[in-house]
Amino acid sequence: MSQIVKKFMYLNRKAPYGTIYAWESLEVVLIGAAFDQEVSLMFVDDGVYQLTKGQDTNGIGMKNFSPTYRTLGDYEVKNIYVDRDSLASRGLTEEDLVAIAWEDWETEEEVENIVQVIDSARASELMDEADVVFSF
Amino acid sequence: MSILHTVNKSPFERSSLDSCLKFARSGASVLLFEDGVYGALTGTAAEGRVREALATVKIYVLGADLKARGFGEERVIQGISVVDYSGFVDLAAEHAKVQAWL
Repeated sequence: MSQIVKKFMYLNRKAPYGTIYAWESLEVVLIGAAFDQEVSLMFVDDGVYQLTKGQDTNGIGMKNFSPTYRTLGDYEVKNIYVDRDSLASRGLTEEDLVAIAWEDWETEEEVENIVQVIDSARASELMDEADVVFSF
Repeated sequence: MSILHTVNKSPFERSSLDSCLKFARSGASVLLFEDGVYGALTGTAAEGRVREALATVKIYVLGADLKARGFGEERVIQGISVVDYSGFVDLAAEHAKVQAWL
């Protein structure tokens, strides 16, 4: 089936749990995966908190959707970007974030971690290159 | 009796914490919960302001909200006390009133 493939970028700027944005974004990403577009996720500002390791929501009575990020590689999401400045101003490093693996089912090409910490200039460039930016 | 101030917003997204610390008087208490817990962490752009405030106010953070967001007590600024939900209730009961910074 021939089709136009567009570059979809999901721009995430909110912390998880305090508001519904992070969860809504993840749901839209998973639904959107059915449409075979080129999908990337960008985490800036408080959005970087969505990817922290070791989230345990037992104490607050909410669903822990953190493990779902690790499955994104299986939903055709090939690129996950994190803004370096946003991490730094929150006292975080790449070590604090979950790793998300990706594998091409046809070629068996594997990428151990598709989470890339990038500088702001590169983030701007990627936003420019996207056909559509969905903001959360 | 003094005021218990509560802050449930991220210090990087709203001015709630800054305003709270600006208006809280000496001897008051501040409880950080929900997205407010990010203000209790070390190494952030807000740490200096929070440390400064510790000289005049007591600061508490809700452990369950820290844990939900992937942070343990070892990441909390020294001088801030981690409390559980019943500790939250005790604080509310011990103070003359609760003032929320949304």
